Amino acid sequence: MSNNPLLDVSGLTKHFPIKGGFPIRRTVGAVQAVDGLDFQVAEGESLGLVGESGCGKSTTGRLITRLLEPTGGKITYRGQDITHAGRKQLAPIRSEIQMIFQDPYASLNPRQTVGKIISGPMEINDVNPAGGREKRVRELLEIVGLNPEHYNRFPHEFSGGQRQRIGVARALALEPKLIVADEPVSALDVSIQAQVVNLLQKVQQELGIAFVFIAHDLAIVRHFSQRVAVMYLGKIVEIADREDLYGNPRHPYTRALLSAVPEATVDEEPRERIRLVGDVPSPINPPSGCRFRTRCWKATEKCATEAPPLVQVDGNKPGHLTACHYPETTETIPAPRLSKDPEAAA
Amino acid sequence: MTSTDQQPFLSIKDLKVHFSTEDGIVKAVDGLSFDLVKGQTLGIVGESGSGKSVTNLTILGLHDRDRTAIEGEILLDGKELLSASEKELERLRGNKMSMIFQDALASLSPYHTIGTQIGETYRKHTGCSKSEARKRAIEMLRRVGIPQPDMRVDDYPHQFSGGMRQRAMIAMALVCDPELLIADEPTTALDVTVQAQIMDLLKDLQQEFGTAIIFITHDLGVIADIADDVLVMYGGRCVERGTKKEVLSDPQHPYTLGLLNSMPSLHGAVDVPLTPIPGSPPSLLNPPSGCRFHPRCAFADKVVGDRCSTERPLLELVEDRGSACHLTDAQKQELFADFAATRHN
Repeated sequence: MSNNPLLDVSGLTKHFPIKGGFPIRRTVGAVQAVDGLDFQVAEGESLGLVGESGCGKSTTGRLITRLLEPTGGKITYRGQDITHAGRKQLAPIRSEIQMIFQDPYASLNPRQTVGKIISGPMEINDVNPAGGREKRVRELLEIVGLNPEHYNRFPHEFSGGQRQRIGVARALALEPKLIVADEPVSALDVSIQAQVVNLLQKVQQELGIAFVFIAHDLAIVRHFSQRVAVMYLGKIVEIADREDLYGNPRHPYTRALLSAVPEATVDEEPRERIRLVGDVPSPINPPSGCRFRTRCWKATEKCATEAPPLVQVDGNKPGHLTACHYPETTETIPAPRLSKDPEAAA
Repeated sequence: MTSTDQQPFLSIKDLKVHFSTEDGIVKAVDGLSFDLVKGQTLGIVGESGSGKSVTNLTILGLHDRDRTAIEGEILLDGKELLSASEKELERLRGNKMSMIFQDALASLSPYHTIGTQIGETYRKHTGCSKSEARKRAIEMLRRVGIPQPDMRVDDYPHQFSGGMRQRAMIAMALVCDPELLIADEPTTALDVTVQAQIMDLLKDLQQEFGTAIIFITHDLGVIADIADDVLVMYGGRCVERGTKKEVLSDPQHPYTLGLLNSMPSLHGAVDVPLTPIPGSPPSLLNPPSGCRFHPRCAFADKVVGDRCSTERPLLELVEDRGSACHLTDAQKQELFADFAATRHN
C-alpha cells in the first residue's frame, strides 16, 4: 500500500435515527448501520466488501460516494477531507467517484436513449471531450462491448446483461478514479455474470480505476478484488489480501462464511462446514462487546464486555487485520462442529 | 434412501406447456420427461426463462387454465394429474404434494398469524378443530427450528426474520406430511449462512419422512449440496440428465460445461478472465431452430453440416444419464478435456 492512498476512511460511522411517538416525533433510537470503519483504497486497487444483508456494506458505499452524510469519522479522498463537504466542494470530486448499481432495470431512465443516459454525466459537469459528446459515447459503448450503432435505442431494448454494460459505460463517462460497484452482477443470470465480471476486470486493469466492490458472493469477490474486507453488523471483522483472507481466515465469522459457500464440486470427503445458529442480531440494539459473540462458538465473558480491536493478530502477515479475542489457527483444524448456543439471536 | 419401491412416485412424460400471449405462443416447456422416486431429490438447474418454474406450477395445477395448452402426462403415484378436476387437485395440494416458494414474505399473508396460516392447511385436509390445528402448528414450528414456538406461533410474518419466514414456509408445506415437495429457489433470497441452515433442515426432514423433493435453483453449488440427481434445462428443454456427480464432474452438454466454467470458485486462478457463455438466454416466443443452445454454443461448428441449427438433438438416456447434443462421445471427450484440468486445480 502506498503512503498516499486514494481513499482513506477512518472511524466512519452512520446511524440512522428512528423517529417515534405522537404528536411530537422524537428520536427514540438509531439503526447503527455502520460503526467505526477504517480502511484505505490505493490507486488502481480493488477492495472487496463482503457480508450478509444488513451488515452495512451498501451504506458504506453510499457514504464513500457521499450520497449519505456520515454521522462520524472521516473520509479523505486524495488528501482532501470530504466527510462533510458541501455541494460546491463535492462537485469536482463527484465526477471522479462513480457508482454502478445492482438493478440494471431500475437504475436506467426508461424514457431516455442510451446516448442520453451515457452523456448525462458529461452534460451535468459540462465536459466537452474532443470530437464531441456523441463520439465519446460511441467510444464508451465500444469499450463495454455494445454496438455503437445502438446509440439511439432505449433501455427496454436491451437484456439485463447489456443494461448493466450501459451502467458501466455511464460510470466511465467522466474518467473516474474510483468506482463503487454495489452488487453489480447479483441480478444477472449465471452465464451472464461472468461477462460483466470480465468487463469490470478489463476496465480496472486497462484504465487503472480503483474499485470498491460490494457483493455477497464470496467467489466473485475473490476473483475480482486484490484485498477483501469482511463486515458483520456494521463493523469490519477482518481485512486482508485475498490469498490471506481465503487461505488463512482468522476470524471465526470469516471462517463460517467461507464454509457455508456452496461449491459446484462433488467432494470425495466432505468439507468442513460450520453452521451458525440463529440470525444476525438487529443493528438497532447490537450485542455488547464483540458483535458476533451471540453466534460464535468460542465466545466467553471477555467477548461480551470488551470489543476486540481490528489489529494484526499473532501469525498474520502485515496488512492482515482481525478483530477477534480468540483468532482461529490453521494448525488445529477442528472437526465439523455445530455451535449449540441455547440463546439464539436476540 | 429407501429403494424398496422402485416404482417412480412422480412420472412426467413428454410434457409441453405453451402459453398464448398477445405476441404469440410462448413454448415455456417443450417436451420434458423425468421420473422421481420417493426419498430422492431431483435438482433442476436453469436460468431465467428456462421453463423450470413453469414445469412445477403445472405439476401442482397452478397454471392459468384458460391461456395454457398442455400436452403430455403427469402421473403422481399412478394418478393422472392433467385430467384431474380442480376439486381433486385441491385434495392433493398441500396434502400429498406441496410447494415452497422463493419469496417467503410475498407468499405469506400479512394479515394472518403464522400459526393460523400453518393450521389452515392442516384443518382443510384433516377437518380437525382450531385448537388441534394450533397444536400442530406449534409442533411444526418446533420441528423446523423456530425458538419458543409456542410464543412465536401468534406472530405475524413481519415479526419474523427472512430465514425464519422461510422456515415457517417449510413448516406450512410439510404440515400434512406430503410425499412430494417442490422447492422453487427456496434459498435464493437468503444469506449463505442461513441458506446452509435451510438446506440442512430440508435434508433432515427428507430423511425423517422419505419425501420426494424437486429442488429448483440456478446455483450449481446448491445442487452439489442437496441433489441426488440433476436435470439441466435450457430454453424449455432438458439438455442433460444424470447423478449430481456425473453432471458436475463430467458434464456432457456444452451448456452445462459453459455454466461450470463461467463460475469463479473459491480455489481457482484469480488473474485470468472467466470463460462466459456468449450472448443471452433465448426468447421462448421465437426460439432458435434445431438445438436451442446452438447460437451460444462454442462447439456448434464441430458438428458436420448444419445439424445443430436444423435438427433437434434428442435426449438419449442410458440409466437416467445422457445429454441432448449432436456431438459424438469421442468429440466430447476431446473438446471437454480441458475442463477437468482447469476446474479442479
